[in-house]
Amino acid sequence: MSMQALDQSEAVQTGAYDRSGEAPLLEVRNLVKRFGALVVTDQVSLSVRPGELHALIGPNGAGKSCLIGQITGELRPDAGEVHFRGERVDALAVPERARRGLARAYQVPRLFGSLTPEANAAVAEISRQRSGFRFWRRASTDRALAIAARAALDRVGLGRVDAPDPAGRHHPRPAGLLAHGDKRLLELAMGFASEPAMLLLDEPLAGLGPADSAAMVSLLRSLKGRYGILLVEHDVEAVFALADRISVLVGGRLIASGPAALIRTDPRVRTAYLGEDA
Amino acid sequence: MLLGLLLAVALIVPLLGQPYYTRLVARMAIFGIAALSLDLLVGYAGLVSFGHAAFFGIGVYCAGLLPMMGVQQVWVIVPVAMLVAALYGALSGLISLRASGLYFIFITLAFAEIVFYIAQGLRMLGGDDGFRLPAPTLLPGGASLANPVVLAYTMLAALVLAVWVARRLSESHFGQVVVAARDNETRLRAMGLSPYPYRLALYMIASALCALAGVGFANLVEYASPASMSWVVSGEFLFMVILGSAATIVGPVLGAVVFVGLEQLLSAVTEHWLFWLGIVLVLRVLLLRQGIHGLLAGGGQR
Repeated sequence: MSMQALDQSEAVQTGAYDRSGEAPLLEVRNLVKRFGALVVTDQVSLSVRPGELHALIGPNGAGKSCLIGQITGELRPDAGEVHFRGERVDALAVPERARRGLARAYQVPRLFGSLTPEANAAVAEISRQRSGFRFWRRASTDRALAIAARAALDRVGLGRVDAPDPAGRHHPRPAGLLAHGDKRLLELAMGFASEPAMLLLDEPLAGLGPADSAAMVSLLRSLKGRYGILLVEHDVEAVFALADRISVLVGGRLIASGPAALIRTDPRVRTAYLGEDA
Repeated sequence: MLLGLLLAVALIVPLLGQPYYTRLVARMAIFGIAALSLDLLVGYAGLVSFGHAAFFGIGVYCAGLLPMMGVQQVWVIVPVAMLVAALYGALSGLISLRASGLYFIFITLAFAEIVFYIAQGLRMLGGDDGFRLPAPTLLPGGASLANPVVLAYTMLAALVLAVWVARRLSESHFGQVVVAARDNETRLRAMGLSPYPYRLALYMIASALCALAGVGFANLVEYASPASMSWVVSGEFLFMVILGSAATIVGPVLGAVVFVGLEQLLSAVTEHWLFWLGIVLVLRVLLLRQGIHGLLAGGGQR
């Protein structure tokens, strides 16, 4: 992207955020992860404050998704600590961390493909209200469940999607057959349903067309301040428009971290990451 | 509706006074229950068990052993059989459910073989040959399941009940979590739910249901032997589920009806009936995307 575009996004940044005094929501300390001789996470430390949107950028293969995986618990770090809401969580399994308020969206949306979007959101609600061991009550006719699911879908602006079957009757389309952008939105909606404190978003803009992309950016902007967000994203323009702080990961190492305005002018970041554009 | 018609035929047949056909109806109902219990695992949870006959065999042996201790009442035998099966389901499920895919198939097979060899080793119970049921199971009021008409109606009632329970279960909050775990385990975990306890509960329920079918089978053949829990029987259950279409509950019941029907028809004509049954399965996979269930439901239903 051009310098001009970078400068334009500055207006959004100025005075947008200052809660630096608050205790961090998420704190990663000296995290190390190796795959054989390859060090994918090399002494990484970063924090996300309540309500802050912290962007994680870096070239392909920098270890961004691996870092997210260690925060959610899908990957075990070799060394270092992960603290969430003041509690050390790096020994906890994925579901336990999720129940403490960590919600994740994947680079490739992970959904319950055979279920309708409503049913997908309903499973998230079942998880939140811990009703998974109700053996008799029908999920499809449970009004409270339907209302919560609809609310979660409305929050991301996902309407009812119907599709005719071969016989011409209309059925809600299963999530696996949704358009890519809608899958993204649905995954986010399911994240909200669990009433998280923090969202880990892995490239929410990847693969989206211009219209979907703009909608996602405005959705992310509306979430800012309400959730702590760690955003991995390749779209630099969007990152500078949205982020309070930016960390730059190159080859598993954090080469810079700080307010967006500082990162933009950091010479190391320019050579390592923004090099082509500078 | 075709299913209603089928049930009506099944209800009329025992009245005709032809023991052969009455027993055939009972057999279809028994295997229908077994197949639908396996469908809960294969269809809804995506857990392909190749050891489901172990629970069938537990039902058979309970129906054979309890009369030796003077217990014949169905309201004792069925709960005991289902409880023992659920416990073995819990024990084996605790371990097998930690694996997935091919490993799950092999571990379930191994656990079924354990029960098979235990039954085979019980010398006082005839070992490999098994034993004749000392006495049939009795319904409240004294009606005996040794009577084919009583057996047929009892098993049809049990089948209808099992279909209803399985349907409700699959549509419940619990059922939705189980399906979600099949569709995307990673997402479920990231949402705060571990699939394991839900799968274990389902495994126990499916095991117990299959034991109910086993009790019926023991009364049908008036015999208990390790053959009832061999891996061949597990394979036949899978055959029925696939034939009828998994994750439909009614489909596997139809699969069982067609399987048992063809088995009787073909084995009367040729010694090599299994060969022809195999061809039927190949044709189903090649030609019927949604199995017999899809064929009868007109492709409109899921």
